[in-house]
Amino acid sequence: MRLCIIDTGSANLNSVAQACQRLRLQPEISSDPEVLDKAQALILPGVGSASSIMRGVREHKLEDFITKVKVPLLGICLGMQIMSQGSEEVPQGADTGESFIPTLGLVAGRTQKLKGAGLRLPHMGWNSVEHSDHPLFLGIRQGAFFYFDHSYAVEIGDCTIGVCEYGQRFSAALARDNFMGVQFHPEKSGPVGERLLQNFFELTGDVA
Amino acid sequence: MLARRIIPCLDVRDGVVVKGVQFRDHTVMGDIVELARRYAAEGADELVFYDITASSDGRSVDKSWVARVAEVINIPFAVAGGIRSVEEARTILAYGADKISINSPALENPELITQLADKFGVSCVVVGIDTYRDEHGEYLVKQYTGDVKRTRTTAWHTLEWVEEVQKRGAGEITLNMMNQDGMRRGYDLEQLKAVRALCRVPLIASGGAGEMEHFYQGFVEADADACLAASVFHKGLIAIPELKAYLKNKGVVIRD
Repeated sequence: MRLCIIDTGSANLNSVAQACQRLRLQPEISSDPEVLDKAQALILPGVGSASSIMRGVREHKLEDFITKVKVPLLGICLGMQIMSQGSEEVPQGADTGESFIPTLGLVAGRTQKLKGAGLRLPHMGWNSVEHSDHPLFLGIRQGAFFYFDHSYAVEIGDCTIGVCEYGQRFSAALARDNFMGVQFHPEKSGPVGERLLQNFFELTGDVA
Repeated sequence: MLARRIIPCLDVRDGVVVKGVQFRDHTVMGDIVELARRYAAEGADELVFYDITASSDGRSVDKSWVARVAEVINIPFAVAGGIRSVEEARTILAYGADKISINSPALENPELITQLADKFGVSCVVVGIDTYRDEHGEYLVKQYTGDVKRTRTTAWHTLEWVEEVQKRGAGEITLNMMNQDGMRRGYDLEQLKAVRALCRVPLIASGGAGEMEHFYQGFVEADADACLAASVFHKGLIAIPELKAYLKNKGVVIRD
């Protein structure tokens, strides 16, 4: 299977690539829409901030490609957050007066800072996820623990397929058609995370 | 519910895992990749690799093993040891480490914390604090603890430094309580609680775990997010699966 990891210039892509390799897949890492267009599955990882990853998306002219792609696409962490309608993670010092920056708008809900009295941020560590039996969670029990590492999260909405709680309930996983996203890091979530990645690859119907 | 984390710490020197008592007299414990694989398989929630020589010698960690570890384990891990620049941090993260932990270089140049947080996000930046309770009961920060000849007491009181590193962008704090290190008599709960009261980011307790009860105390009495230990795991005194079953049985939220 042709698997590509989308390089937006802000991410640490090796962790995701290494996880794919443990599942015997050899992903290609690229920011070139022509290369990415040949993939049967795409992963959109993200480290940094919503604005830095959106800048990377625009610099590489990937916005049009990502929003129109038809093959299964999995956003991870920040990669999932920029699939939402907008992010509250406005750059420090930005004086645009806007409380949200625009993101890709692929799934319902907006990305907001996690809130709760005395809540320690980042939300870091293993937390349990309740899911709606979407194929991404095939064979994964309710309440399974995944590794999280974030301070912002997508609110619960029509596309939510997994829920986690930290101070508040938020979207741990989202899906709409071929677009999927997980707030946690499946590449760092032990055997459960590997199962989820395997499930994602199987959605292409063509796993080597 | 967010689970409390159990973190084996692998002190690395010259490419092998070592462990000493109170930061001295190191003995070889085993191969980095093999130990990493073993702990991940046994249910460790995260790993820390701490190059105890690097800060003192003014050089960075040998980076090749970071990639080898990242290839084999599927849980998060942090790398510490003499990381003095954004470039060094970038290399280590690019090899597949999830976090970088800085200690002595943060004391040399506190601005480094902010630079790293801006560049890689706060959740990649752990600040390690070597804290020593002196004869008057004061908590003081020590520097260059990897080399007993160079170890010095800084002007920072531990609680002030805890506040400072948070202001500068630390995403997590590891509190190494040096009086307890390697003694296996339990964490310094009084100190841990004092730090916890000021710490708004995840807090990792380190130094002194010897019995399963010590982990329970760290989590329940001092409200640490994670408990770090080395010798009890390396020497097989506590098995991680048993520890997790014990804690779960006592009502602590633990990942299965």
